Amino acid sequence: MTFRKYLVLAGVTVFAAAGDSMLSHGMKQTGHVSLQHLQSLILAVTNPWVALGIVLLLAFFASYMNALSWADLTYVLPATSLGYVLLALVARFALHEHVSTTRWLGIALISSGVGFVAGGPSLTHRHDPDAKSSHLPGPAMSGAVRRTAARAVSSGVEP
Amino acid sequence: MKHLYTWSGILVVVFFSVVGDILMSRAMKQVGDVHALSRHSGWWTVIRRVLSNPNFFMGVTAMALAFFGLLFSLSWGDVSLVAPAAASLTFIGNAFAAKIFLHEKVDRRRWIAATLVAAGVALLAG
Repeated sequence: MTFRKYLVLAGVTVFAAAGDSMLSHGMKQTGHVSLQHLQSLILAVTNPWVALGIVLLLAFFASYMNALSWADLTYVLPATSLGYVLLALVARFALHEHVSTTRWLGIALISSGVGFVAGGPSLTHRHDPDAKSSHLPGPAMSGAVRRTAARAVSSGVEP
Repeated sequence: MKHLYTWSGILVVVFFSVVGDILMSRAMKQVGDVHALSRHSGWWTVIRRVLSNPNFFMGVTAMALAFFGLLFSLSWGDVSLVAPAAASLTFIGNAFAAKIFLHEKVDRRRWIAATLVAAGVALLAG
């Protein structure tokens, strides 16, 4: 794990939390949207908070896809859940809202869950796309063959 | 009857969320590490590879269906039940699906993490 990869995971967490809160703040200003009045949904987009929320959620999606390109789904998902913790901390310390004991317990559980995953490897299964960037030939090679080939290359032996 | 609607809605949301996450993860693994790829061939190659990947589009469709399913479920059930139930069941569902379909090694460490996070989300939003 490089610093850049941690930055991408932090982006997943922060953009999701910030995007959700902006969207929620904006939608409370625009009011109720019903299925009968779908045009009010288009009007909602013109609200600056909603628009900013959408931009942030697009940034979340880009970092989420970036993270999934080099890490397992079961590694990335707990990182996204840290956003809930972030929101609760912002509510408590920036907005001075009351956070109940149950919620603090929830924060503790999520944080320990993330701690558990972060201690392990980020990728457990080489998916092996027909990646052109790879210096190893052949998408047809099976995972085991490819790993052996990689070891051979790294030790200076041609496979 | 209302409970049946609410829980069917939650299960539909969980199903499409899991399908969306699995397809998106598979698509991005097929695209390859975007850092390495962008350094090697530039960002246009990354974008072209993502946009030419059928799993990506199926994943986005599934995620959109999950989103609309959530909107409908919220109109049937309470937000304090629907949102945390859907989110925590998605964590557990993803752990199972990632093991079966993506062949990720979901070891004891990750099972514990998925369970803790699911329980935490349920408590936080409850």
